[in-house]
Amino acid sequence: MTIAETIEELAGMLAALPDWEDRYTEIIAMSRSLAPYPEEHRTEQFKVKGCQSQVWLHPRLENGVLWFDTDSDAVIVKGLAALLMKIYSGRSPVEIVACNIDVAERLSLQQHLSTNRANGLASMIKQIRLYALAYSLMKP
Amino acid sequence: MIETIRSQFPILSRHVHGDKPLVYLDSAATTQKPQAVLDAMARFYMTSNANAHRGGHALGAEATALYEAARRSVAGFLNAGSDEVVFTHGATESMNLLSASIERTYGAALQGRCVVISEMEHHANIVPWQVLCQRTGAVLKVIRVCDDGSLDMEHAHELIDETCAIVSIVHMSNVLGTVNEVATLCSWARQVNAISIVDGCQYVVHHHVNVQDIDCDAYVFGGHKLYGPFGIGVLYGRSEFLGMLEPYQTGGAMIDKVTFAKTTYAEPPIRFEAGTPNIEGAIGLGAAITWLTSNDRRAIAAHETLVADLIVDALASNDRVRILGGDHARNGIISIVVDGIHAHDIGTLLDEQGVAVRTGHHCAMPLMQRFGIQAALRASVAAYTTQEDAMRFLDAFHRSCRMLS
Repeated sequence: MTIAETIEELAGMLAALPDWEDRYTEIIAMSRSLAPYPEEHRTEQFKVKGCQSQVWLHPRLENGVLWFDTDSDAVIVKGLAALLMKIYSGRSPVEIVACNIDVAERLSLQQHLSTNRANGLASMIKQIRLYALAYSLMKP
Repeated sequence: MIETIRSQFPILSRHVHGDKPLVYLDSAATTQKPQAVLDAMARFYMTSNANAHRGGHALGAEATALYEAARRSVAGFLNAGSDEVVFTHGATESMNLLSASIERTYGAALQGRCVVISEMEHHANIVPWQVLCQRTGAVLKVIRVCDDGSLDMEHAHELIDETCAIVSIVHMSNVLGTVNEVATLCSWARQVNAISIVDGCQYVVHHHVNVQDIDCDAYVFGGHKLYGPFGIGVLYGRSEFLGMLEPYQTGGAMIDKVTFAKTTYAEPPIRFEAGTPNIEGAIGLGAAITWLTSNDRRAIAAHETLVADLIVDALASNDRVRILGGDHARNGIISIVVDGIHAHDIGTLLDEQGVAVRTGHHCAMPLMQRFGIQAALRASVAAYTTQEDAMRFLDAFHRSCRMLS
């Protein structure tokens, strides 16, 4: 699946959960699907700036594919990070850079997130795209 | 009584996130505004808008009269003289004014002297003093907070010694709800000829303040936490104290005579009000004080304690819940930490249920560090908070914790 197709699939899944309680239960469940974050990268360098809670994001480029490890001390933020991993982790840097879809808007997350939380989500997406941009510019 | 009070706050009848009735428990961040305040501000713009202290015309005279009447309301509210009330943009500006003016007045004489604050201060009563210390060579000393959320008075007495130049302490903690013995602290400060300052932002909302009884040199608070508008704050300064201080900002209004060779300044309080003041804000604050004092404040305080008790008692039986200020929270500021659950997560789910609380460090990072936490969830009450609000908060809180467990 392309990034766009994954976003559409997730949008459909979330839209099928019209009740706030179901939606958050799903996001909380997603937080538990993440692999444990590598402790050696739980450092200031890999902290995402602009989030109210603590969020870590560590990129790994393996054979031209960009993977991310991520974690947060807040479960809902961690769930949102897990959602972003489904979209962005395991892609080529070029594909991530090329995708201009407003993820928060497409997943209708904006209306359910406080401004601070929405800013945090935007910071995570920005950081993912910055890593992708940096790797896409590296000489092979 | 509370229903009558509540009916005067139009915003409290609204819904959020579609159909959820608003449960507003973030009054320590800012209170809602009664109709009387909204009307006073609208009336000013509809009937009397002009610049104060300037225009030689009817509207200018009315605007000046309204602005100065607001100053008298504040003075009466604190049992101070009108010339002892400076309008600022907020409590933060009041603190910055004090820090900057004290530095300008005493400068190098502060080198090696101490500034005593406490571990439970808001950043607005920490950072201005850190800056003063950096610029003058003064030393910041911090009174410890005990595990039960009270101030370590023995430690305070130890720190307020002959080297002490300034003591600046919060009257009621915005995190713990603790009410400090500020009159005692100010008397200790006076014994060593130190300047005494009290941050009254939270205390004034709930209790009567008499600055003569506290006997402080300065007392500060903001308007928007006291049922008044944003952008207006108060600095009470004892007249002998204000009279000695150099100005903070300079420019229009605050002068006596200006020539290119030399400028002399006006007497307080105008000396500290450079430029066009927030006239609308002062009028709104005056209206808020008139509104508040037309109610039985003791009865309101008793009611606020009752609502806080409901929440504190209900959470006391929960092993996973810790209330930071312990019994001090019964004063109406309840900061909660839940074992294994991030405050932001609960806050997010509470919001979905229409319950507004504050989550985070509450502009008191050192206090968070003191209690070994990153963030807390704070529910805070005001005159219009009902027992039903408390019950709906508790329901939503337990539901959120279940979802996150």
